[in-house]
Amino acid sequence: MDVVNSILQNDIQKKDTHKSTVVNKDTEIETDLGTLLALDYNALDLKALKSQPEEYLRSLTRDNVQILINKIWELPVERVDEVTVAKLPKQEFILPRARQIPKAKLLTKWQQFAKEKGIKTKRKSKSKVKWDEELQKWIPTFGYKRNKAIEQKEWLVELNNEGKAAENPFADAKAAKEERKSKNELQRLRNIAKAKNIKIPKVGLPTKEHFADSQQLSQAMTIARTSTASLGKFQDRLPKEKDAKGIAKQVPGMKRKAEEVPRNLQEEKKRNTNLADNILKSNTKILREDFSVPKTKPAKAEKSKKKGKKAAKAKGIKKPKAGKGERNMRRKVGGRKRR
Amino acid sequence: MTVIQRVVKPTTHRAKRAIIKKEPKLIEDIKQTLCFKGKNTSQIVVNFMKDLYDLKKPDAQIMQKKNDILPFEDIIPIEKFSVKYNAPLFMIASHNKKRPHNLIMGRMYEQTLLDMAEFGIENYTGLKDFKVPKISEGIKPLLVFNGELFENNHEFSRIKNLLVDMFQRDTVEKIRLQGLEHVLSFTAVENKILLRSYRIRLKKSDCRIPRIELEEIGPRADLICRRTKLASEDLFKQACKKPKELKVKKKKNISVDKLGTTYGRIHIGAQNINSIQTRKMKGLKKTMAEKKVGVKRKYVENNDNSKKLKVSNNSTG
Repeated sequence: MDVVNSILQNDIQKKDTHKSTVVNKDTEIETDLGTLLALDYNALDLKALKSQPEEYLRSLTRDNVQILINKIWELPVERVDEVTVAKLPKQEFILPRARQIPKAKLLTKWQQFAKEKGIKTKRKSKSKVKWDEELQKWIPTFGYKRNKAIEQKEWLVELNNEGKAAENPFADAKAAKEERKSKNELQRLRNIAKAKNIKIPKVGLPTKEHFADSQQLSQAMTIARTSTASLGKFQDRLPKEKDAKGIAKQVPGMKRKAEEVPRNLQEEKKRNTNLADNILKSNTKILREDFSVPKTKPAKAEKSKKKGKKAAKAKGIKKPKAGKGERNMRRKVGGRKRR
Repeated sequence: MTVIQRVVKPTTHRAKRAIIKKEPKLIEDIKQTLCFKGKNTSQIVVNFMKDLYDLKKPDAQIMQKKNDILPFEDIIPIEKFSVKYNAPLFMIASHNKKRPHNLIMGRMYEQTLLDMAEFGIENYTGLKDFKVPKISEGIKPLLVFNGELFENNHEFSRIKNLLVDMFQRDTVEKIRLQGLEHVLSFTAVENKILLRSYRIRLKKSDCRIPRIELEEIGPRADLICRRTKLASEDLFKQACKKPKELKVKKKKNISVDKLGTTYGRIHIGAQNINSIQTRKMKGLKKTMAEKKVGVKRKYVENNDNSKKLKVSNNSTG
């Protein structure tokens, strides 16, 4: 029966198309009732669009609007002031925001502490004026006319310490107030800096971090002293100043102290084992295999003779002599330059 | 010690309100639109922009002077305007030989450009040229997008998003059924978007739902897509983020019956009866012998447990 009924209904609709609300589509169109939006991704009929553009566009839009309206009419309806309103669902179509999502305001140091400890301040709205018993009138707790009221209240102050009679208690009170004000301001600024993630210098006694290492200092001093054109030869030393250790490589003109020759067999053995241990212990590995090895030349008999002469010469600058039949341009010869 | 540098605060309440108004909000207001004229304009494009302004009216502002702004070359002047007027949407009308009857639509995120698209206007018929009864002002339109291009083409889908943003007006919870009067239809063909605007007429039908008839009220225009500058995927995704605070949390274990009484379901873990502290009495006190037995039993139980554990470990391993 149902099948028959549905066929009959379809037949009736076909007869008067201008009255029906049923629309047939190839694929269902997407709708978002929250935005009152219909998205019809079906392919367009280009032929109809070219021949009768306005008619085609109107009929196409009409069908889509009909579908949207059908869905809206199915929504739950309310009556407000004799007008029927439909309750729209939430918007599903995603649109970008104009501004980013606001971040929660960071708590101040005190607020954070109070929250941790569960401290609650009672006052919700602090009144601006307070009853004063002494003056028998309302005086403001802050701001306009507050200072005048305080002046009236404390026109006379007792001096009770003998030693400091000469000091001015009013000035003291003012200074103390100024101090409190600036402390509060500092805390306020610190809270702002914390909220904005700005690094600020610490306050209080300096710690170890503030000073460089003593070794570092002496190294810096040595390097600074030797950083002249003459490698610090003419620079005066401070009393008791010594060269820093372990920077002979970096500083030109500074000589590395050669290691002493081991005195006995035991010491030598100990040194070698230490060396081996050090190498085995360290994590550094030799990655390069093409490191240069100093080449040893077979010593000549003649050279050995020369060496002996050189060694003799090294003692001091002697009177220049001729090359003795051998010209060597590289050899340095002391003395005055002759022309 | 004196205070060196105070952080500047607004001195008047009015200034304070103005600053708060411009700050980011959890639930945002309707996006305002600024309509500019470029250095040179044509009558057609200005009329079209004015028609769009009429459709958007309470949420748009039209600027009277001409501005020498080329958004695709330099966006900064527009960004400045958007900060000043607190308007994240903008339109600019211009006209030159290379790009006649040119309209640029765009939007901002965080007071910098998110995306914009440039349209050439063809086949324009204005709102006033249709001599038919018009819709009432400030009505939320129905938006219809036709054509597969809006789904398949990345550029067109972004433009669709921009157009929805531009014309959707306020987000509402309830809508008057008789107030559904206006349809804006966008049809994507080749590189054109055909903009049509209709008035809805509700007709009697054979069922409860009315039959729809449409009557064109204008403006009518074919928008040729020219240059576009779209946001990167990352930026767009970031801009589309929904705030966590607005998400509704699911309420568990609470139910309401037909009479309106609320029921709560509470889950309690198993009670450890043996170790519960009851009333202390001398008679209930354990004697020395009982204590010893208890200790022994505990010891044995512990051992058993360890054995069981071991066994289970073996079985799994």
